[in-house]
Amino acid sequence: MLRFILSRLLQAIPVIFIVITATFFLVRAAPGGPFDAEKVVLPEVKRALEAQYRLDLPLHEQYFAYLADLAQGELGPSFKYPGRSVNEILFSGLPVTAELGFYALLIALVIGVTAGVFASLKPNTRQDYIPMSLAMIGICMPSFLLGPLLVLVFGIYLEWLPISGWGAIPGDKILPSITLGAAYAAYVARLSRAGMLEILSQDYIRTARAKGLPEWLVVVKHALRGGLIPVIAFLGPAFAGLLAGSFVVETIFQIPGLGRFYVQAAFNRDYTMILGTTVFLSSLIVLFNLLSDVAAAWLNPRLRSQFSGGSR
Amino acid sequence: MSLLKVENLKVSFVTRNGTQQAVKGVSFNVAEKQITAIIGESGSGKSVSCYALLGLIPSPPGRIDGGTAHFAGQDLLALSEGELRKIRGRDIAMIFQDPMTCLNPFLTIGEQLIEPLRIHRGLTREAAKVRAVELLHEVGIRSPETTFDSFPHEFSGGMRQRVMIAMALINEPRLLIADEPTTALDVTIQAQILQLIADLQKNRDIGVLFISHDLAVVADIADQIVVMEQGEVVETGSPDAIFNNAQHPYTRKLLAAIPSGEREGSAEECEVLLDIKELRTWFTAPGQDDPVKAVDGVSFGIHRGEVLGLVGESGSGKSTLGRSIMRLAAITEGTVTFDGTDVTALEGRELKNFRRRMQMIFQDPFASLNPRMTVYDTLAEPLLLHAICSRRELDGHIAKLMDDVGLARAFIRKYPHEFSGGQRQRIAIGRALATQPEFIVADEPVSALDVTIQAQILDLLLDLGREHQLTMLFVSHDMAVIRHIADRVLVMYQGKIVEAGPVRQVFDTPAQPYTQSLLASIPGAALTL
Repeated sequence: MLRFILSRLLQAIPVIFIVITATFFLVRAAPGGPFDAEKVVLPEVKRALEAQYRLDLPLHEQYFAYLADLAQGELGPSFKYPGRSVNEILFSGLPVTAELGFYALLIALVIGVTAGVFASLKPNTRQDYIPMSLAMIGICMPSFLLGPLLVLVFGIYLEWLPISGWGAIPGDKILPSITLGAAYAAYVARLSRAGMLEILSQDYIRTARAKGLPEWLVVVKHALRGGLIPVIAFLGPAFAGLLAGSFVVETIFQIPGLGRFYVQAAFNRDYTMILGTTVFLSSLIVLFNLLSDVAAAWLNPRLRSQFSGGSR
Repeated sequence: MSLLKVENLKVSFVTRNGTQQAVKGVSFNVAEKQITAIIGESGSGKSVSCYALLGLIPSPPGRIDGGTAHFAGQDLLALSEGELRKIRGRDIAMIFQDPMTCLNPFLTIGEQLIEPLRIHRGLTREAAKVRAVELLHEVGIRSPETTFDSFPHEFSGGMRQRVMIAMALINEPRLLIADEPTTALDVTIQAQILQLIADLQKNRDIGVLFISHDLAVVADIADQIVVMEQGEVVETGSPDAIFNNAQHPYTRKLLAAIPSGEREGSAEECEVLLDIKELRTWFTAPGQDDPVKAVDGVSFGIHRGEVLGLVGESGSGKSTLGRSIMRLAAITEGTVTFDGTDVTALEGRELKNFRRRMQMIFQDPFASLNPRMTVYDTLAEPLLLHAICSRRELDGHIAKLMDDVGLARAFIRKYPHEFSGGQRQRIAIGRALATQPEFIVADEPVSALDVTIQAQILDLLLDLGREHQLTMLFVSHDMAVIRHIADRVLVMYQGKIVEAGPVRQVFDTPAQPYTQSLLASIPGAALTL
């Protein structure tokens, strides 16, 4: 198992390196620069700024200088928030985004698995069609539409929940979490339905029934573990999607998370900020993909014994 | 006295294409302390009847239309699901066909074994474990203590079937229903499992309902035989009466289909088409130093036009040998000379040309055909790949192949799942013949099929062999099948050939003890057929 994890981590190094390189040259290829603001800046001032941030050096030298900093875990100063480093900004926004993502994932798993398992027990009946139709709507509905709709209904007409903010008023975390989690709940529901249907048709489920097990025990003990492996494997890629989705949701609900800094940085051509966030998030995505792969393998005894055989 | 009395049982399946009656008024008795066998081909309704009794048929589409099944003073068919659940696994237990898929791969064997005890008797884990270990020992599992915490994938098919039997018996049921319990096993293992079931039945004085498609299998153990065809019981009687005085034509057909006797006439000595010298195929598993010596120094030749049988139990290396010849498994050492060319050294285009002249037919016609390709596509692929014919001639070639293997031309646009097992194996044979090969490796081509179908496919292979002057290496674990089809036979054991010779010689005067044990385990060997 250890060998598997180590080899996956080693594979991640070139992936992240390519991400850094591509982002570095792409943002600089985009028209405009960090100090091309609308108000006129004196040429001397601009030159001084560029010198301070090493923008006057040839491109390849900037690149190697950045890599050298990065190797020490230093993401550089932000161009647009003078006096603050990218590291500081990332770690101030991270807890908020992480909390939002965690709630969304929780909602996705609880609602999705429940609906999926429920639907799989009576396939092609109303018990299946209703949750699966809802799931289809959930997948099709973009968060920038669902968010404002939820705000309109629960915030403005019914006045049950606050319409924006994060942690300021009780209950203001509910709508953003639902907005972000809804689509994933829908995916999870479809995956767990398919997984459960596959497992429920296996011969060993018939064996369990022939032993006289009550139906709930057949489902929970014999079917669920195998049926949810596709869901676990999906969590890694889902994590990347959640991050991308959080940028939209944070903007809709005015939440001071990573996403908003990221989007603003792109508009401002805040090179170090864009790069720092990209590097950080891509590392997280690689890590979470690895975690979900390991978890899915761990749930399968056959793969588990192969891994422990390999690490000997 | 009868333990289970089924009368006029009717089961049908309601699908979009209409209602299909699977069981049409079936009546039979299972006597106490006896083994009753139900015999019939797949689709005859034998399994459905037994599953219906325990409420194990999926519903919908399954539906019980009528009948009664009296067991211990109750009508099983009139019970509610909850009441039936109390009987399942306590008074009536089941063993299923395929031990590879019938145990939950995610749970330890122990956990699965003690479930019936915990549910029906409310035993604690510790008490249940003591009982489970005893029973594992009784069904012949060595070191049951360690077995208890192992997962199913760590065991062979035979061992898993022993675990299934232990699991069925753990609550000391009064009736054991065994649904084709040995069909998925090797002959030698099959004989052991049959013996085990017979012994356990005697020691415990329980009734057994044994479902099988193979008359030979039940010949030695059954007290009573019920023959079913197309949802109806056509004949009931003692084994003696069935084997010596069968009344119904279907029973006679089943009897005739038991492979027996050897092939008439053998190919005269021709040139050697395939010559194999000191072939070794070793596998090294990750993390292990010692390689698995699947094929370990094998030498033999095959004459042109000859059918060479290769027999041995699973794990003997016979399939690997077939694959090594085809260059589908990496050869560690040795030479394979085909028509004067050393095929071990071939690469790229030469290898492709060589593959055209050698084809393979696989064991499982369900798994070896691409489910997303129609018969037409499956047959067209090798024709076009090897440029056997142009696109314009394609339809004609495919129609010819369909005729050769005995499939209606109308089926040409159908997908594999629309065919039965026997028909699929015909498609697979057609695919192999498409490239007009000279040599065919048939790897257990009939072991997944019913006996009557098995006989048809063997005859087809023999006919096609004569027609196309094919040379064949026929791999099987079944001595009876080998005797039916082969001219010469090689017996393989642990990667080595232990005996070789003409079929008659090997079967009549086997020299090696291993060959003798293989021959002794042919089901129904006690009968004079």
